[in-house]
Formats: sequence, C-alpha cells, structure tokens
Amino acid sequence: MTGKTTIIVHSGDMDKVISAFIIGNGSLSMGMEVTLYFTFWGLNRLKKGGLDKGPLSKMNMLGLGRRMIKGRMAKANVATLESMVNDFKELGGKIIACEMTMEIMGITKEQLRTEWIDEYGAVGTYVNEARKSDITLFI
Amino acid sequence: MAQINLDCRHQNCPVPLVQVRKALKRAAVGDTIEVVGTHSASKKEIPMAVEAQGQELLEVKDQGQEWVIRIKKVKEG
Repeated sequence: MTGKTTIIVHSGDMDKVISAFIIGNGSLSMGMEVTLYFTFWGLNRLKKGGLDKGPLSKMNMLGLGRRMIKGRMAKANVATLESMVNDFKELGGKIIACEMTMEIMGITKEQLRTEWIDEYGAVGTYVNEARKSDITLFI
Repeated sequence: MAQINLDCRHQNCPVPLVQVRKALKRAAVGDTIEVVGTHSASKKEIPMAVEAQGQELLEVKDQGQEWVIRIKKVKEG
C-alpha cells in the first residue's frame, strides 16, 4: 500500500456520507490505506438500520428530496450505500467510532453495526492516523 | 496464467475502479485482467490506479461505445 487517506465523517447527511465512502473506496482502489472516523451526526449512520436514513444536506423537503435522489441514483447505476460499505470493508478500509459521541448521545455498542467497526477511539486516535496520512478531509 | 474478465458496462463512479482493485487483489502474479466498461472517467482513472499500484497497463482501446482495458498483475500488493 502506498499512501493513506483519513476522513472525519462528522455529518450524518446522506449525500455527505456517500461522498465519504466514494472518496474512501476511490482511495482504496488506488492502493491507499483508508481510515474513516465517525463522530457526532456521522455516527448515527453506523447504527443498525441507520446507514441510509440520513437527510439530504440541501433540498431534503421532509424526506421527499432524499427519496428523489435515491431514485435518480438507482437510475444512474450508482451503487447503494450498503454495497459501498461492503466494498470498503472488503478492500481493507478501517472504521473508527468516536467514543465521546457515543457517550454524549447515549449510543451503546449493541446499537451499532459492530461488524464494520475496527476501533473505538477519541481525538488522539484520529490525530495519530491523520499525521501519517497524505490526504485528510473533514466531511 | 489466468485471465480475469470484468464487465463494468453501465456501472458508475467509483464501481469500475473498485472492481479492478478487487480483481488485482485476488489475481496471482502473472495473471491478466480485462475490463470492459462505458463510464468515461474510469477509462482515464483505471490507468492512474494501475500506475499508482505499480502494476502493468497492457492496453486501452475503444470498441464502439465501450472501452476495454487490459492489465497485468506484476507484483503483490
């Protein structure tokens, strides 16, 4: 592996989580290592049944916009979030869940898709990953 | 020396790239991968990914509305 990408997934918005996984999978496909650090609203997407439940960051219109985008994505043959996460894990991508967010929001491990999560950590874990990275983004 | 054939026609970003990476992981050194697709950005990006991974790009050609890319796995990784 050459190079590393580390992304903080702070937003739980569907479109932003999709961006995070597209960049993550793109980096893995280039032969890079990738770590996604899920914190605050982003962590909701790691809840059981929560992956594609995020609103759109714009034009959500009480979920109407979100449904429309999903339909258009399917029509354009864009992979679903679930299959993006499966590809991400299959190619060796790493997911870290923020422990502080779990505490603040009262989220327990039992509520999360633990099969996707490699590590539970705090800011030190992120910085330690990011300092060795070539690309780091906050989404 | 086996050949792996990938059909990525009508697949969108970043699926063709991801499929090539998966194929490179499961191929043995010396194997070739032939991928056919229609997504135009992938035609440029698959060669970039092959180079970034230090593998060998054998051929990029157009076939009507489709493109065909041939890659050889020359090393592990």
